[in-house]
Amino acid sequence: MTLFEIVGSINVIGYALATLGPAIGVAWIFASVINGTARQPEARGAMMSTAWVGFAVVEALALFGVALAFAIK
Amino acid sequence: MAPGSVGLALLEGEVPTFGVSVFESTPLFPSAGWTACHPASGEAPASCATFQPAWTDIWFTNHICQAVIAAAVVLLFWLIVSRRLKVVPSKRQYVGEFLYNMLRNGVARDVIGTNYQKYVPWLVALFTFIVVNNFFGEFFLFMFPTFSKVGFAWALAILSWVLYNAVGIKKYGFGKYLKKMTMPPGVPWPLYILIIPLEFLSNFITRPITLALRLFANLFSGHLLIMIFVAGGTWLLTYTKHNLVYNLAGGLSVLISFAIFALELLVAFLQAYIFTVLTAQYVSSALSEEH
Repeated sequence: MTLFEIVGSINVIGYALATLGPAIGVAWIFASVINGTARQPEARGAMMSTAWVGFAVVEALALFGVALAFAIK
Repeated sequence: MAPGSVGLALLEGEVPTFGVSVFESTPLFPSAGWTACHPASGEAPASCATFQPAWTDIWFTNHICQAVIAAAVVLLFWLIVSRRLKVVPSKRQYVGEFLYNMLRNGVARDVIGTNYQKYVPWLVALFTFIVVNNFFGEFFLFMFPTFSKVGFAWALAILSWVLYNAVGIKKYGFGKYLKKMTMPPGVPWPLYILIIPLEFLSNFITRPITLALRLFANLFSGHLLIMIFVAGGTWLLTYTKHNLVYNLAGGLSVLISFAIFALELLVAFLQAYIFTVLTAQYVSSALSEEH
């Protein structure tokens, strides 16, 4: 008896690997914001606005991964 | 449903027996196809043709319906909290003011800066619409986050794209806006061969795509995760008889699904916030004097 049968695309494993880079990138961005806020709390607003742009750019890589994991057969 | 294909059947849109919403939209008022026949006349035999229902019959699906309900909820919420405003706020007014202040000061003023006032209504509406739609994923009766259908996310991203380009073109004019967005100052001229296409791609093409995909991917994956834990856990609990290990694993995965529900509440709020902040950020970059 086969209990579970996994059928599908191996793309998900590639996508899982592809998220590692953006994950580290996003972690560094917000770690830097936390560091900066600890050193100079009143500069938080300026740092956050830069951080959001950086976050968007870095996370774009992971999102391309999602799109490609669906698109490539 | 064949045993052993539980996860697959869910993805293929088969109606599950667990009460978990599937990603397939179902039309609310479907009209069945009809068949019209010509009677046999002379030597021509009788011929029948089957007509499929027109797209107008099937476009009004449950997911469109819940997006409309979300819009109504947002409208109703702001109408209720902004009624009969007093200097000393009631609890009802306090809730509205808290949310409004968060978006007005924390998002619009901090990110856009000068002349932020005219973008506040759009940002407030955007945030509350997305957050209500996302909470539908954890809300009984719906149990489906609207934006895990990618089309809804595209629509919002296109609206944001039109907004930030329109305000930029209105302020600078088309040519100057394009120059500002693609040619950052202080770059030696040979590099422009490389930078202009890259900046164009990043500012006009990938921005709306990532905006939509970020919202979609987070909600889609979250909902899929809940679905797998609940459906798989239920299957292990109920369909596998006389095997304590499977049943324990199933019970554990159902319990874990509660934790994931809690995580999804956080993700729902966070993604709405990120979408709003990034929209404000793009507006601010389209308006800023220096790049």
